[in-house]
Amino acid sequence: MRTDLAVIGAGPAGLAAALAASARGVRVVLVDAAPEPGGQFYRQPAPGLRARHPEALHHQWRAWTRLRDGLAASPVRVLADHHVWCVERESGGLTVHALRGPEQERSVEVRAAAVLLATGGYETVLPFPGWTLPGVVTAGGAQAMLKGGLVVAGGTAVVAGTGPLLLPVATGLAAAGVRVAALVESADPRRLLRHAGALARKLPEGAGYAARLLRHGVPVLARHTVLRAHGGGTSRPGGAGRGGDRLTGVTVAALDGRGRVRSGTERLLPCDTLAVGHGMLPHTDLAEGLGCRLDGRRVAVDAEQRTDVPGVWAAGESTGVGGAALALAEGHIAGRSIAARLRGTAPDPGEWAPAAGVRARMRSVAAALESAWAPPARWTDRVTDDTVVCRCEEVTAGAVREALALGAGDTRTVKLLSRAGMGWCQGRMCGPAVAGLTGCEPTPSSSPFARPVPLGVLADGHRAHEDRTEEGPS
Amino acid sequence: MSEPLTCDVVVVGAGMVGAACALYATRAGLEVTVVDRGHVAGGTTGAGEGNLLVSDKAPGPELELALLSTRLWAREAREPGAAAEYEAKGGLVVAETPEALDRLREFAGTQRAAGVSADPVPADRLHDLEPRLAAGLAGAVHYPQDAQVMPALAAAHFLRASGARLLTGREVTRVLRAPDGTVRGVRTDRGDLHAPAVVNAAGTWGGELAERAGVFLPVLPRRGFVLVTEPLPPRIRHKVYAADYVADVASDSAALQTSPVVEGTAAGPVLIGASRERVGFDRSLSLPAVRALAAGATRLFPFLSRVRALRTYAGFRPYLPDHLPAIGPDPRAPGLFHACGHEGAGIGLATGTGLLIAQALTGRTPGLDLTPFRPDRFPCPAQEAAP
Repeated sequence: MRTDLAVIGAGPAGLAAALAASARGVRVVLVDAAPEPGGQFYRQPAPGLRARHPEALHHQWRAWTRLRDGLAASPVRVLADHHVWCVERESGGLTVHALRGPEQERSVEVRAAAVLLATGGYETVLPFPGWTLPGVVTAGGAQAMLKGGLVVAGGTAVVAGTGPLLLPVATGLAAAGVRVAALVESADPRRLLRHAGALARKLPEGAGYAARLLRHGVPVLARHTVLRAHGGGTSRPGGAGRGGDRLTGVTVAALDGRGRVRSGTERLLPCDTLAVGHGMLPHTDLAEGLGCRLDGRRVAVDAEQRTDVPGVWAAGESTGVGGAALALAEGHIAGRSIAARLRGTAPDPGEWAPAAGVRARMRSVAAALESAWAPPARWTDRVTDDTVVCRCEEVTAGAVREALALGAGDTRTVKLLSRAGMGWCQGRMCGPAVAGLTGCEPTPSSSPFARPVPLGVLADGHRAHEDRTEEGPS
Repeated sequence: MSEPLTCDVVVVGAGMVGAACALYATRAGLEVTVVDRGHVAGGTTGAGEGNLLVSDKAPGPELELALLSTRLWAREAREPGAAAEYEAKGGLVVAETPEALDRLREFAGTQRAAGVSADPVPADRLHDLEPRLAAGLAGAVHYPQDAQVMPALAAAHFLRASGARLLTGREVTRVLRAPDGTVRGVRTDRGDLHAPAVVNAAGTWGGELAERAGVFLPVLPRRGFVLVTEPLPPRIRHKVYAADYVADVASDSAALQTSPVVEGTAAGPVLIGASRERVGFDRSLSLPAVRALAAGATRLFPFLSRVRALRTYAGFRPYLPDHLPAIGPDPRAPGLFHACGHEGAGIGLATGTGLLIAQALTGRTPGLDLTPFRPDRFPCPAQEAAP
């Protein structure tokens, strides 16, 4: 399949870019792994569930309906259920390699003159004793269950960790009829006040959540953390994770100004669901495979959202986590830039001045939130040696610490000597934890495959390529 | 500045070869310091598959070194080898056509004469050894001496077993030499290390280190990719690869083209490696190379078509122009010893290399003739240009 622009990711950034480019005559293919467009932010209930009021779970419902209707009216071609594993640079353009089908075994290639990476972000969860028990879910996972499946996770929940995502998760669960025993936030809310200027636009939103928490009677425990989760049958505080087959409760405690547990503040909160999250990280696998420059953990882009690889743009959480409004602005700018550049002209930034204004404001909000919501300073002290850190390879914190004793000194050698990060998720889950436990600089997981790919698909690619070579240049 | 450290030997490089040099040198009674600008197994060792192969080597000095190394690896199997997942699983080299089988058997005959165990396997016995091999193969040769190890763990546990002092994150900026030319230690970015002997086990950077000692050693990088699958229950028992000889049998170069080596690992994933490309130090993904690996592996084991590759990574094999390593004392700089340039066989050849270096360091007669591995065998380009 050939097109002018391949947009990877149908969340806010990808949708905004696809519509902006398409409106300017660009042929667009929008590729996304989910069955329906919308991304994580605009995740929709499956049509079979016949949800009557899906808007109840979404704010910015109007923005979504505008994008949805715009997409339906546009000539943008949507490839849903397509899982991109690699974007390849070839002479004369870029090839997007995707997998489809129930087993993700059928290979699809989209050749495009330009690619927009709108691959979003993923959630960070830091380990603690008992975190692998059934009943412990990620905050984002709990929200996805609410938005997509409309299933109620359980009878009594605790929402814990740090970051702005915890607020909608706690209020969403409470609104869905779950008793939320506590919202446990390790950050100090007073730190947010230091950024009051940048956050002024977010304050009404925050006030709305506060009112809803109050209405549902959700106690907020700020500067607290979950010390451990307890499993069924062994709810004694020392029995973290062992012997039990399901979550029965969590021990929480207050933290002092330096992130240490205040002695005597531990207490047990019975619950059957723990939704836990520690912020978001940008998805950068495809960008890295292409050789795009990164700025820390995010894809580096210029004022037009261009990466340093010709023909490749990036927008949304992959260029820095900042929420849907920022993603919409970046996507819009990228789409207009692509339309101009594919015509061989330089775009006029004046045309997107309003979007650029939103982008500048939301980036400063994001920076303020990032510094306010950081994991507690001493969290690694509470990770016992027998706590599993890498769930794919079942590597414990003790084994990660042992790798240091064997002479590892960066995340790569820690991985080699402990196997942490070598499994199915390629360190996306445990990367930040391993970096924290070892004191090594966190590095983006650098697998050239953005997702696992069958060897048969690779082998067919080899044969196809050889055929092309035998036929001569095409 | 702190007091310079003093020891008998400084080994530059905390990869597999440096670790083996450290182990055999400390066993010989020497006090050893290992220094690396990165971390343990951070270079080629960390990117290798851990092949301990005799099967792919034609009779000659490299095969002799491989046979010595294989015996030593077996001796280390309990400790530190066990911690490094050492497994004497054997190799199986298969031939796809009767012609290829004839040549493979002929090649195996020359190897047997050189002391290699190489047992012909007829087509109807192939699946007893390797039940999931493709149908229709002509036959194979079984090499029971081929073995496997997890290279990064091997380097780490050899270093630990050696008891050598380990200094990572320190770059050697110069090999210190007395006015008479003899080596007296190394200068690092964090102080000097004084020793009458320095071992260059710097892998792909061995040429650069040689230059910092004032001698010429043309070590070059050759890129290889390894494909790693999702973890599987044990399904592939040996190190398996296909052999196809270049049609020109009259050529005595015995140029051998092999498919990728396919093998299971103790941890579960199947490793498929490795490609060979001379592209300098470019780590970016080469889809054509990775596709060729997958095509080779699925041709041998059709069930792998549905198995997923989780990742691929690039490594750089350090090679010298004649494809033999540099092992032994450097007459141009008394006190300098080289142990580098092993190309794709450094893990396998590390034990033999380590023992030979320890013998040279203690003035004993080396167990193998080191002449083919002489580090000064390559003329310096400047001298070459001179009339």
